[in-house]
Amino acid sequence: MTIDTLVLTKGVPDFREGQVSFDEDGHLERGKTPTVMNPNDKHALRAALQTKVRNGGSVSLMSMGPPSYAEILEEGMADVYADELYLLSDREMGAADTWATAMTIATGIQHLEAPPDLIFAGFKTADGETGHTGPQAEWCLGIHDDLPDYPLITHVVAIDIDEAEGVVRTKRLVEGDVAEIETVEADLPAFVVADPEFEPTYRRADHRLRHKDFREQTRARAAEFGEYLAEDSEEDPTDWEDFNMWDHDYLNLDPDFIGLDGSPTIVAGVDPIPKAPSEREATVVGPDDEDGMAEIYEEMAAYAGGD
Amino acid sequence: MTDDYEHYEAVVVGAGPGGAAAAATLADRGVETLVLERGVEAGSKNVSGGLIYAEESAPYTIDGLFSGFRQGATERPVSEYYIHNVAGDRVKTFDLGDVHHHDTEWCDAVLRRRMDSWLAERVHERTRETGGGLLSGVRVDGLLRDEGEIVGVTCEELDPITADVVIAADGVNSELARDAGLMDWAEPDEWFQGVKAVVDMDPDLVDDRFDVPPDDGVAHLFSGDLFDGVRGGGFLYTNEASLSIGTVFHLDSLADERAEPHELLDSLLTHPLLDQWFQGEYHEREYAAKLVPDSKKAAHPSPHQGRLLLVGDAAGQMQAQGPIIKGMNHAVSAGGLAAEAFAEAQSRGNPASAGALYERKLEDEGVMATLRPTRYRLTRAVSEHDLVTRAAEGVLDSAVGRAGVRAFDGLLERGFNSPFLLGMIPDTRTSYVTIPRVVAEELGEPVEATNDVEPPALDDRIGDLTYDVGEPHIELQDNSWAASGTAVTACPVSAREFGGGCYREETIRTNGGTERVVSLDTQPCVECGTCAIVADTEWDHPAGGKGVEFEEG
Repeated sequence: MTIDTLVLTKGVPDFREGQVSFDEDGHLERGKTPTVMNPNDKHALRAALQTKVRNGGSVSLMSMGPPSYAEILEEGMADVYADELYLLSDREMGAADTWATAMTIATGIQHLEAPPDLIFAGFKTADGETGHTGPQAEWCLGIHDDLPDYPLITHVVAIDIDEAEGVVRTKRLVEGDVAEIETVEADLPAFVVADPEFEPTYRRADHRLRHKDFREQTRARAAEFGEYLAEDSEEDPTDWEDFNMWDHDYLNLDPDFIGLDGSPTIVAGVDPIPKAPSEREATVVGPDDEDGMAEIYEEMAAYAGGD
Repeated sequence: MTDDYEHYEAVVVGAGPGGAAAAATLADRGVETLVLERGVEAGSKNVSGGLIYAEESAPYTIDGLFSGFRQGATERPVSEYYIHNVAGDRVKTFDLGDVHHHDTEWCDAVLRRRMDSWLAERVHERTRETGGGLLSGVRVDGLLRDEGEIVGVTCEELDPITADVVIAADGVNSELARDAGLMDWAEPDEWFQGVKAVVDMDPDLVDDRFDVPPDDGVAHLFSGDLFDGVRGGGFLYTNEASLSIGTVFHLDSLADERAEPHELLDSLLTHPLLDQWFQGEYHEREYAAKLVPDSKKAAHPSPHQGRLLLVGDAAGQMQAQGPIIKGMNHAVSAGGLAAEAFAEAQSRGNPASAGALYERKLEDEGVMATLRPTRYRLTRAVSEHDLVTRAAEGVLDSAVGRAGVRAFDGLLERGFNSPFLLGMIPDTRTSYVTIPRVVAEELGEPVEATNDVEPPALDDRIGDLTYDVGEPHIELQDNSWAASGTAVTACPVSAREFGGGCYREETIRTNGGTERVVSLDTQPCVECGTCAIVADTEWDHPAGGKGVEFEEG
């Protein structure tokens, strides 16, 4: 038995210093800010990769967004050595909130050749920060009678699949006053939201060797797909055999229930977050200032015991 | 309980030339082979002076095993070979071409990062076909035993692995050889310490200043009084677009004289003789160090135990006889022979006999005779005796001795070129310092040049190295000055009055007095192993992919 997985991912503005651009009112300048894969999704990719390396099977990537998101999928493919790429793309899907997105994604999953054994999502996106889309997509899967039940496990930091038993054993991080690790077991198929603390483990040499094989194969495939994506390319990305772009017609979705029209969220306005005032005061002490040094020593001594 | 572990027919530890030769030979014979390398990439933990030989008499050569090796992995061939005898600014140069070319099919200068990573790529391809492959960033930290018998290896990054044979090619600081009790780190006189700088030089300037055609090169050796009486010498090899310049000293001498290795290297770098090549320009790419086993004393005559076979530096198979320094070629031979021995033993249905077969092959192919010449053992008792040394020193420095040196100018050059005589050179001051000095004083010409290059200070050298610091991997067992003080000077990245190195001298107040102690910070460690021998430490390698990473090597 092998385990086929699907990873959900999203393109977000690159919020890193030097990349992101805001106007005078503090609004994001979308056109001047590059789009990258949502950083938290990398943890979902790593969980899927661990599954592929340790258990065999395929990895597919799915995203919803404009056609340019093909590049996000290409980036993800290189990371996770993905086999198939799916982009749900259509003007009708634009400006969707988490609910309409979840509906669309769940329908996309329904249209896959076979339901995946494991679906991975990352923990909240860098732009929306809601953390809703993954769990809502899991809920929406329940609408489709032809799909099996997918139990949902969130905040997963480690994953181990027992193929003989047909179960997935996970460790999940429960943060309260004290961070705890909880062990949760679920029947396959299952829906897993990877926590940023997720750590893949490869303790067998044959796993690492297979990992290396995948890396080499994917390098070649990513280069091939990259040629289709190049600006001067005469080919359409959808001509590449492993890239699939689906619109609302293909998915048989009513435009009233997706995109802006299908989004119950109403954005009343956006306020820039004011910069937090600095609470720290800096005192500069020169290397020759003995009194100043002595004061620092007095000040710090209290913390030296580790209290 | 070992039944649940992953199993490979052969596990090769270390992806240097010895490991590569073993793995390629195993793979060619259809043995399922896993190679484990602790560096982030093969070559990132390796340092060598920089010459690799292919000997006509050798059972295996590196280009025989890896076609395209010289085109893909080496720097320049070494066609000329000189030794400079130095006394102050007087220098007498001998052409050692005869000894260099003796039994030599070819000899190239190499930089290890480039060479070993090139080899590793091919090793991976070939071993992958057997169901194994090569993994880097994995540190094998011990032997797996079942009821006392060696059955595999334990790793920091992986679960234990069982194997029918374990070939330890894990270098001079082999943890497996120590685990098996085959090698110890007790005696400084069994080791050399090498220190090297890789110096930038444009290919055209190399051609020009060394007077060699493009794609050809030269080796220069240096001995005499440049090194404060410490027994050893220096070398300079031409690479494609750089020079490898270094010094190699007997570790016992370095320790006894409390010499600072980086200062001795600087003595060479700033000698007027080198001005012809630097011409005032000096840009150091990398500073590196390594221990070198002295095969005359350290080569294990029976380098195996159960399923474990040692090859290369791990078995002390490094030939350093006077101006001949050969290691990688012997590691290649040993790796090939170890692999061959296992494949044959296995096909006869008796894999357990691989070790004994390997030992016999080392004898039959003449490898052991080269590494541990009988001549040296026979003459050592007399020639290294203190009284003999003192008498020889006296004679050489006397009027009679000097007259002799003058009279036998040509004969001396012939003597230096005799592989037979070199095999019994005694490890004394006389050979390394006094003879070259007297030769230079009596026969040499003064060098009329000033060399004003300024090699970087030690903290800059350390600062230029790449580290991925992990947990401290060396523990000081006894921090008293008497037990571990030597490390402050002998460690190539430590020095007296220098606070940024591994080992530092400290004075602590005790009841009614002060005590001189040593403190250790492994952050700048170059993993040479010097302190494991001259100080009282518990010495391990850092975890896979951690610690120093050499870009040149």
